[in-house]
Amino acid sequence: MVGIVIVSHSNKLAQGVMELAKMMAADAPVAAAGGLEDGSFGTSYEKIDTAIDSVYSDDGVVILMDMGSAVMTAEMVIENMPNKKIQMIDCPLVEGAVVAAIASSSNQSMGEVINEAKNAAKESKL
Amino acid sequence: MTDSKKITSIIKEIGNVIQKEKDFLTELDSFIGDADHGINMARGFKEVEKKLPGLEDKDVGTILKTVGMTLVSTVGGASGPLYGTAFMKAGMAIGAKNDIDGDDFITALNAAVEGIKMRGKSHEGEKTMLDALIPALNTIKKVYEENKDFKAALEQGIKAAEEGVEYTKTIIATKGRASYLGERSIGHQDPGATSSYLMLKAICSII
Repeated sequence: MVGIVIVSHSNKLAQGVMELAKMMAADAPVAAAGGLEDGSFGTSYEKIDTAIDSVYSDDGVVILMDMGSAVMTAEMVIENMPNKKIQMIDCPLVEGAVVAAIASSSNQSMGEVINEAKNAAKESKL
Repeated sequence: MTDSKKITSIIKEIGNVIQKEKDFLTELDSFIGDADHGINMARGFKEVEKKLPGLEDKDVGTILKTVGMTLVSTVGGASGPLYGTAFMKAGMAIGAKNDIDGDDFITALNAAVEGIKMRGKSHEGEKTMLDALIPALNTIKKVYEENKDFKAALEQGIKAAEEGVEYTKTIIATKGRASYLGERSIGHQDPGATSSYLMLKAICSII
Protein backbone atom coordinates (compact mmCIF):
# COMPACT_ATOMS: atom_id res chain seq x y z
CA MET A 1 0.00 0.00 0.00
CA VAL A 2 1.10 3.53 -0.79
CA GLY A 3 2.26 5.37 2.30
CA ILE A 4 0.76 8.77 3.10
CA VAL A 5 2.55 11.50 5.07
CA ILE A 6 0.66 14.50 6.40
CA VAL A 7 2.87 17.57 6.88
CA SER A 8 1.49 20.53 8.78
CA HIS A 9 2.73 23.46 10.85
CA SER A 10 0.54 22.15 13.64
CA ASN A 11 1.00 18.83 15.39
CA LYS A 12 -2.71 18.71 16.27
CA LEU A 13 -3.75 19.43 12.71
CA ALA A 14 -1.48 16.73 11.24
CA GLN A 15 -2.69 14.21 13.86
CA GLY A 16 -6.31 15.19 13.25
CA VAL A 17 -6.04 14.83 9.48
CA MET A 18 -4.40 11.45 9.97
CA GLU A 19 -7.21 10.32 12.29
CA LEU A 20 -9.88 11.50 9.83
CA ALA A 21 -8.18 9.66 6.96
CA LYS A 22 -7.89 6.49 9.01
CA MET A 23 -11.59 6.58 9.94
CA MET A 24 -12.36 5.67 6.34
CA ALA A 25 -9.34 3.45 5.77
CA ALA A 26 -8.04 2.00 9.02
CA ASP A 27 -5.33 -0.11 7.41
CA ALA A 28 -3.84 2.64 5.20
CA PRO A 29 -0.26 3.48 6.19
CA VAL A 30 -0.62 7.13 7.22
CA ALA A 31 1.93 9.08 9.25
CA ALA A 32 1.73 12.60 10.66
CA ALA A 33 4.60 15.08 10.70
CA GLY A 34 3.20 18.17 12.39
CA GLY A 35 4.87 21.01 14.26
CA LEU A 36 8.35 21.11 15.72
CA GLU A 37 10.04 18.67 18.10
CA ASP A 38 9.10 20.79 21.13
CA GLY A 39 5.45 20.86 20.07
CA SER A 40 5.49 24.44 18.82
CA PHE A 41 4.27 25.50 15.37
CA GLY A 42 6.55 24.98 12.41
CA THR A 43 7.85 22.37 10.02
CA SER A 44 10.41 19.82 11.10
CA TYR A 45 12.78 18.26 8.55
CA GLU A 46 13.46 15.45 10.99
CA LYS A 47 9.79 14.65 11.61
CA ILE A 48 9.06 14.49 7.87
CA ASP A 49 12.10 12.29 7.32
CA THR A 50 11.02 9.89 10.10
CA ALA A 51 7.38 9.88 8.96
CA ILE A 52 8.38 8.92 5.40
CA ASP A 53 10.54 6.06 6.68
CA SER A 54 7.72 4.81 8.90
CA VAL A 55 5.28 4.30 5.99
CA TYR A 56 7.73 3.64 3.14
CA SER A 57 7.49 0.54 0.95
CA ASP A 58 8.21 -0.24 -2.70
CA ASP A 59 4.70 1.03 -3.44
CA GLY A 60 5.97 4.54 -2.65
CA VAL A 61 4.93 7.42 -0.44
CA VAL A 62 2.83 10.49 -1.15
CA ILE A 63 3.11 13.67 0.89
CA LEU A 64 0.29 16.12 1.58
CA MET A 65 1.27 19.51 2.98
CA ASP A 66 -0.50 22.56 4.38
CA MET A 67 1.56 25.55 3.12
CA GLY A 68 4.77 27.55 2.97
CA SER A 69 7.60 25.92 4.87
CA ALA A 70 5.70 22.60 4.94
CA VAL A 71 5.96 22.50 1.15
CA MET A 72 9.57 23.69 0.96
CA THR A 73 10.83 21.45 3.77
CA ALA A 74 9.11 18.38 2.33
CA GLU A 75 10.71 19.22 -1.01
CA MET A 76 14.17 19.25 0.59
CA VAL A 77 13.61 15.96 2.41
CA ILE A 78 12.63 14.34 -0.90
CA GLU A 79 15.67 15.80 -2.68
CA ASN A 80 17.84 14.09 -0.08
CA MET A 81 16.17 10.71 -0.75
CA PRO A 82 16.88 10.53 -4.50
CA ASN A 83 16.42 6.78 -4.86
CA LYS A 84 13.07 6.57 -3.16
CA LYS A 85 9.64 6.70 -4.76
CA ILE A 86 8.13 9.77 -3.10
CA GLN A 87 5.91 12.51 -4.46
CA MET A 88 4.15 15.58 -3.06
CA ILE A 89 0.50 16.10 -4.01
CA ASP A 90 -1.00 19.52 -4.68
CA CYS A 91 -4.45 19.02 -3.14
CA PRO A 92 -6.68 20.11 -0.24
CA LEU A 93 -5.13 18.63 2.90
CA VAL A 94 -8.22 17.11 4.53
CA GLU A 95 -10.16 15.90 1.47
CA GLY A 96 -6.96 14.82 -0.24
CA ALA A 97 -5.86 12.76 2.76
CA VAL A 98 -9.22 11.00 3.10
CA VAL A 99 -9.36 10.15 -0.61
CA ALA A 100 -5.68 9.11 -0.74
CA ALA A 101 -6.10 6.83 2.29
CA ILE A 102 -9.11 5.09 0.74
CA ALA A 103 -7.25 4.67 -2.58
CA SER A 104 -4.18 3.35 -0.80
CA SER A 105 -6.11 0.84 1.30
CA SER A 106 -7.79 -0.37 -1.90
CA ASN A 107 -4.31 -1.23 -3.13
CA GLN A 108 -4.33 1.38 -5.88
CA SER A 109 -1.01 2.39 -7.40
CA MET A 110 0.87 5.55 -6.45
CA GLY A 111 -0.22 7.22 -9.71
CA GLU A 112 -3.85 6.40 -8.97
CA VAL A 113 -3.60 7.64 -5.38
CA ILE A 114 -2.14 10.91 -6.65
CA ASN A 115 -4.88 11.36 -9.26
CA GLU A 116 -7.64 10.63 -6.76
CA ALA A 117 -6.24 13.13 -4.27
CA LYS A 118 -5.80 15.81 -6.95
CA ASN A 119 -9.38 15.31 -8.05
CA ALA A 120 -10.49 15.98 -4.48
CA ALA A 121 -9.85 19.66 -5.24
CA LYS A 122 -12.49 19.57 -7.98
CA GLU A 123 -15.31 18.26 -5.77
CA SER A 124 -17.52 21.22 -4.94
CA LYS A 125 -19.03 21.29 -1.48
CA LEU A 126 -21.97 23.50 -2.31
CA MET B 1 40.83 37.69 1.34
CA THR B 2 38.78 35.50 3.64
CA ASP B 3 39.90 32.14 4.97
CA SER B 4 37.92 29.39 6.70
CA LYS B 5 38.56 30.76 10.18
CA LYS B 6 37.29 34.17 9.14
CA ILE B 7 34.25 32.62 7.47
CA THR B 8 33.36 30.95 10.77
CA SER B 9 33.69 34.27 12.59
CA ILE B 10 31.45 35.90 9.98
CA ILE B 11 28.83 33.18 10.53
CA LYS B 12 29.16 33.68 14.28
CA GLU B 13 28.59 37.41 13.86
CA ILE B 14 25.51 36.77 11.68
CA GLY B 15 24.24 34.62 14.57
CA ASN B 16 24.97 37.40 17.09
CA VAL B 17 23.06 39.94 15.01
CA ILE B 18 20.12 37.56 14.57
CA GLN B 19 19.99 36.94 18.36
CA LYS B 20 20.15 40.69 18.99
CA GLU B 21 17.42 41.47 16.46
CA LYS B 22 15.28 38.44 17.34
CA ASP B 23 12.42 40.43 18.87
CA PHE B 24 12.48 43.05 16.13
CA LEU B 25 12.24 40.42 13.37
CA THR B 26 9.45 38.63 15.21
CA GLU B 27 7.57 41.89 15.67
CA LEU B 28 7.83 42.65 11.94
CA ASP B 29 6.51 39.16 11.23
CA SER B 30 3.61 39.68 13.63
CA PHE B 31 2.20 42.41 11.34
CA ILE B 32 2.17 40.40 8.12
CA GLY B 33 3.11 36.84 9.01
CA ASP B 34 2.90 34.29 11.77
CA ALA B 35 5.12 36.11 14.28
CA ASP B 36 7.96 33.63 14.36
CA HIS B 37 10.70 34.89 12.02
CA GLY B 38 13.05 36.12 14.75
CA ILE B 39 12.36 33.14 17.01
CA ASN B 40 12.95 30.68 14.16
CA MET B 41 16.11 32.35 12.89
CA ALA B 42 17.51 32.62 16.41
CA ARG B 43 16.85 28.92 17.04
CA GLY B 44 18.57 27.99 13.76
CA PHE B 45 21.65 30.14 14.30
CA LYS B 46 22.00 28.94 17.88
CA GLU B 47 22.40 25.40 16.48
CA VAL B 48 24.77 26.72 13.80
CA GLU B 49 26.92 28.35 16.48
CA LYS B 50 27.33 25.01 18.25
CA LYS B 51 28.80 23.53 15.08
CA LEU B 52 31.25 26.35 14.30
CA PRO B 53 34.17 25.24 16.52
CA GLY B 54 34.35 21.96 14.57
CA LEU B 55 34.31 23.73 11.23
CA GLU B 56 37.25 26.15 11.49
CA ASP B 57 39.64 23.76 9.74
CA LYS B 58 37.19 22.74 7.01
CA ASP B 59 37.04 24.27 3.54
CA VAL B 60 34.67 27.18 2.91
CA GLY B 61 32.26 25.08 0.82
CA THR B 62 31.88 22.54 3.61
CA ILE B 63 31.34 25.28 6.20
CA LEU B 64 28.58 26.94 4.19
CA LYS B 65 26.89 23.64 3.33
CA THR B 66 26.89 22.62 7.00
CA VAL B 67 25.37 25.97 7.98
CA GLY B 68 22.68 25.47 5.31
CA MET B 69 21.81 21.95 6.38
CA THR B 70 21.66 23.01 10.03
CA LEU B 71 19.26 25.84 9.20
CA VAL B 72 17.03 23.49 7.18
CA SER B 73 16.81 21.07 10.10
CA THR B 74 16.35 23.55 12.92
CA VAL B 75 14.68 26.81 11.82
CA GLY B 76 11.16 25.38 11.46
CA GLY B 77 9.69 28.14 9.28
CA ALA B 78 9.96 29.13 5.64
CA SER B 79 13.27 30.86 6.31
CA GLY B 80 14.76 27.41 7.08
CA PRO B 81 14.49 25.92 3.60
CA LEU B 82 15.08 29.32 2.01
CA TYR B 83 18.24 30.41 3.85
CA GLY B 84 19.25 26.75 4.12
CA THR B 85 19.14 26.37 0.35
CA ALA B 86 20.95 29.71 -0.03
CA PHE B 87 23.89 28.63 2.16
CA MET B 88 24.01 25.15 0.62
CA LYS B 89 24.05 26.52 -2.94
CA ALA B 90 26.69 29.10 -1.94
CA GLY B 91 28.80 26.30 -0.48
CA MET B 92 28.44 24.18 -3.60
CA ALA B 93 29.39 27.15 -5.80
CA ILE B 94 32.57 27.81 -3.81
CA GLY B 95 33.57 24.18 -3.36
CA ALA B 96 36.69 22.97 -1.57
CA LYS B 97 38.51 26.30 -1.23
CA ASN B 98 40.19 27.41 1.97
CA ASP B 99 40.48 31.04 0.96
CA ILE B 100 38.01 33.09 -1.05
CA ASP B 101 38.24 36.44 -2.82
CA GLY B 102 35.65 39.00 -3.96
CA ASP B 103 34.86 37.10 -7.14
CA ASP B 104 34.20 33.93 -5.13
CA PHE B 105 31.94 35.85 -2.77
CA ILE B 106 29.93 37.21 -5.70
CA THR B 107 29.68 33.72 -7.22
CA ALA B 108 28.45 32.42 -3.85
CA LEU B 109 25.91 35.21 -3.36
CA ASN B 110 24.67 34.70 -6.89
CA ALA B 111 24.18 30.97 -6.25
CA ALA B 112 22.43 31.78 -2.96
CA VAL B 113 19.99 34.14 -4.68
CA GLU B 114 19.28 31.59 -7.43
CA GLY B 115 18.72 28.96 -4.72
CA ILE B 116 16.15 31.14 -2.93
CA LYS B 117 14.37 31.86 -6.22
CA MET B 118 14.22 28.14 -6.98
CA ARG B 119 13.10 27.05 -3.52
CA GLY B 120 10.54 29.82 -3.05
CA LYS B 121 9.42 29.82 -6.71
CA SER B 122 9.79 33.56 -6.36
CA HIS B 123 11.31 36.60 -8.03
CA GLU B 124 11.94 40.28 -7.27
CA GLY B 125 8.98 42.49 -6.34
CA GLU B 126 7.00 39.94 -4.32
CA LYS B 127 7.88 41.40 -0.91
CA THR B 128 10.43 38.76 0.07
CA MET B 129 14.10 38.46 1.01
CA LEU B 130 14.88 38.69 -2.71
CA ASP B 131 13.92 42.38 -2.67
CA ALA B 132 16.94 43.03 -0.44
CA LEU B 133 19.29 40.41 -1.88
CA ILE B 134 18.91 41.00 -5.63
CA PRO B 135 19.61 44.76 -5.52
CA ALA B 136 22.52 44.04 -3.17
CA LEU B 137 23.97 41.41 -5.50
CA ASN B 138 23.61 43.63 -8.57
CA THR B 139 25.26 46.58 -6.82
CA ILE B 140 28.10 44.49 -5.38
CA LYS B 141 28.81 43.04 -8.84
CA LYS B 142 28.79 46.44 -10.50
CA VAL B 143 30.92 48.28 -7.94
CA TYR B 144 33.40 45.40 -7.64
CA GLU B 145 33.86 45.24 -11.40
CA GLU B 146 34.57 48.96 -11.45
CA ASN B 147 37.17 49.23 -8.70
CA LYS B 148 37.97 45.70 -7.41
CA ASP B 149 37.53 46.96 -3.85
CA PHE B 150 35.33 44.30 -2.26
CA LYS B 151 34.66 46.06 1.04
CA ALA B 152 33.53 49.19 -0.81
CA ALA B 153 31.36 47.06 -3.09
CA LEU B 154 29.78 45.32 -0.09
CA GLU B 155 29.10 48.66 1.61
CA GLN B 156 27.28 49.88 -1.49
CA GLY B 157 25.46 46.57 -1.70
CA ILE B 158 24.20 46.98 1.85
CA LYS B 159 22.80 50.41 0.97
CA ALA B 160 20.98 48.81 -1.96
CA ALA B 161 19.63 46.11 0.37
CA GLU B 162 18.43 48.75 2.82
CA GLU B 163 16.62 50.55 0.01
CA GLY B 164 15.18 47.18 -0.99
CA VAL B 165 13.80 46.72 2.53
CA GLU B 166 12.20 50.19 2.33
CA TYR B 167 10.75 49.27 -1.05
CA THR B 168 9.01 46.22 0.46
CA LYS B 169 6.88 48.64 2.54
CA THR B 170 5.33 49.97 -0.66
CA ILE B 171 4.31 46.71 -2.32
CA ILE B 172 1.74 43.95 -1.89
CA ALA B 173 3.03 40.55 -0.79
CA THR B 174 2.37 37.87 -3.38
CA LYS B 175 4.44 35.11 -1.80
CA GLY B 176 4.33 33.47 1.60
CA ARG B 177 1.95 33.92 4.52
CA ALA B 178 1.74 37.69 3.94
CA SER B 179 0.16 37.14 0.53
CA TYR B 180 -3.07 36.12 2.28
CA LEU B 181 -3.30 39.71 3.53
CA GLY B 182 -3.30 41.19 0.02
CA GLU B 183 -3.40 45.00 0.15
CA ARG B 184 -3.26 44.96 3.93
CA SER B 185 0.39 43.96 3.62
CA ILE B 186 1.25 47.41 2.23
CA GLY B 187 2.94 49.70 4.73
CA HIS B 188 4.88 46.93 6.46
CA GLN B 189 8.47 46.01 5.70
CA ASP B 190 9.16 42.40 4.91
CA PRO B 191 10.80 40.46 7.78
CA GLY B 192 12.75 38.24 5.37
CA ALA B 193 14.12 41.21 3.43
CA THR B 194 15.06 42.72 6.78
CA SER B 195 16.94 39.65 7.99
CA SER B 196 18.75 39.42 4.64
CA TYR B 197 19.85 43.03 4.98
CA LEU B 198 20.99 42.43 8.57
CA MET B 199 22.99 39.38 7.50
CA LEU B 200 24.80 41.29 4.75
CA LYS B 201 25.57 44.04 7.25
CA ALA B 202 26.98 41.47 9.67
CA ILE B 203 29.22 40.05 6.93
CA CYS B 204 30.51 43.53 6.12
CA SER B 205 31.30 44.29 9.75
CA ILE B 206 33.82 41.42 9.84
CA ILE B 207 35.32 41.54 6.32
